[in-house]
Amino acid sequence: MIEVENLTKQFGSMTVVKDLSFELGAGSVLGFLGPNGAGKSTTMKMITGFLTPSSGSVRIQGYDIANHRQAAQAEMGYLPEGAPSYEEMTVAAFLKFIAEIRGARGALIRQWVDRVTDTVSLRAVLHQRIETLSKGYKRRVGLAQALIHDPSILILDEPTDGLDPNQKHQVRQMILDLSDQKIVIISTHILEEVSAVCSRAMIINAGEIVLDDTPEGLCQRAEGHLSVSLRINGVSDEALSQACSQLPQCGRVALINGGGVRVYPAEALKGPLAALQALMKANHWQPEWIQQHEGQLDEVFRSATGGRLQ
Amino acid sequence: MKNITTILNREFASYFTTPVAYVFILVFLVLSSAFTFYLGQFYERGQADLLPFFNFHPWLYLFLVPAVSMRLWSEERASGSIELLLTLPITLWDAILGKFLAAWLFTGLALLGTFPLWLSVNYLGEPDNGAIAASYVGSWFMAGAFLAVGCCLSALTKSQIVAFILTGTVCLLLVLAGFPLVLNFFQDWVPALILDLIAGLSVIAHFMAISKGVLALTDVIYFIAMIGLWLTLTRLVLQAKAAD
Repeated sequence: MIEVENLTKQFGSMTVVKDLSFELGAGSVLGFLGPNGAGKSTTMKMITGFLTPSSGSVRIQGYDIANHRQAAQAEMGYLPEGAPSYEEMTVAAFLKFIAEIRGARGALIRQWVDRVTDTVSLRAVLHQRIETLSKGYKRRVGLAQALIHDPSILILDEPTDGLDPNQKHQVRQMILDLSDQKIVIISTHILEEVSAVCSRAMIINAGEIVLDDTPEGLCQRAEGHLSVSLRINGVSDEALSQACSQLPQCGRVALINGGGVRVYPAEALKGPLAALQALMKANHWQPEWIQQHEGQLDEVFRSATGGRLQ
Repeated sequence: MKNITTILNREFASYFTTPVAYVFILVFLVLSSAFTFYLGQFYERGQADLLPFFNFHPWLYLFLVPAVSMRLWSEERASGSIELLLTLPITLWDAILGKFLAAWLFTGLALLGTFPLWLSVNYLGEPDNGAIAASYVGSWFMAGAFLAVGCCLSALTKSQIVAFILTGTVCLLLVLAGFPLVLNFFQDWVPALILDLIAGLSVIAHFMAISKGVLALTDVIYFIAMIGLWLTLTRLVLQAKAAD
């Protein structure tokens, strides 16, 4: 269980995280979404005890990070942004060091290193220096050190940044495999990642939670959710758009570049499809094509973070 | 305690995975011998002791110790690994002491590498081996004090060069504190008590006292207090600006 209450961080006169509160139980994968500089990393740094909050509290499995920092940190595995490590070490030596610091002794060290080496497929580079590895492997070394003690909570700051599509898929699959027992928080600005792995998504902008929902729930908030685009044989787009805008179920109507009309719902979650079909039937119109759209996360993201054109 | 040794082991090993260790030890051995034989006139003096060797240590450490200490925290800051280290379930003291002790043991190792000089002087005459042992201990403590200064100053910045220069400067002031150059500057306008205090800060005075063969408690306490003070300052610096 992670409990975050009224978390705030100021650097000088700048407030980077404002009054953030949420709770998270086992089996959930939370995605922090937001533009660069929104406060995602700062929040993670406070949750993991690297930064002291200006105000507010964080409790990890009941341990307050301010008063029981070490006990709370022992519960977590953390991949900081950029997956830093001691690059002059070999992968094996580095993982052994982390295992020891995480409390493994004797044969257990070997066991932990072995297990995590298989989990993130590092066997091939185990005895290479980290500085000689590719970006993908470095990221996996970072994941390995976060996973080595089989923590109940995983905090991963941009876990797939810089990976190729195959590696991204691998890491996401791994997060999904781990997620039923654990609490996972990931930060990302890759929207497809949220739909792929998260059970809950928070859009953070300028240090505040602007939206907090399931990825599906977020998509449904898009203006374009259940909107319909269509073109009618023998009817001009202008006339069609005129007719559509008379219907009470239709909100904004837009002409599509290259032909056709897009009709947005007048009210969220109530698409105009049925009304449009009735309209076509009444006028004996034959559609050249007609298509209903699902809401897109990037649409919600842009409108929530005010990032249309800045 | 276990955490300190784990960090110490990692740090100590890391000196030897890069050229730093070998370059440092080589330069230290070459320079300390050169100083001893040429500037110190080891043979010409005709005395069986290692004073010409130890006399140059404060000056040698002025630029060699900052070279060891500059990476202690600056490198962690620059690479971001400080975030990894300080989110592991360890205390700040574990991290500070582990790093400091690794660096201190490393300089101790370099110092031990000068043992052929000790063999030579024993071959040539009958030196006061007690005094030599005390000098070795004193020299090691002095290196420790400089390292503690460097530890603190490298926690301030992610640039190793800045850490090097700051450490060299502060150590120079600590060495010069007992010299007329510094004392004359203060003589006319500070009370005698403060003047004594400034003179008492001098690394050289305490080191010389020890290298005469008297391992007095006050001198040992001076070095231990110096190390304690600068490591405590390191902790304050890290608490205040770990994440900058």
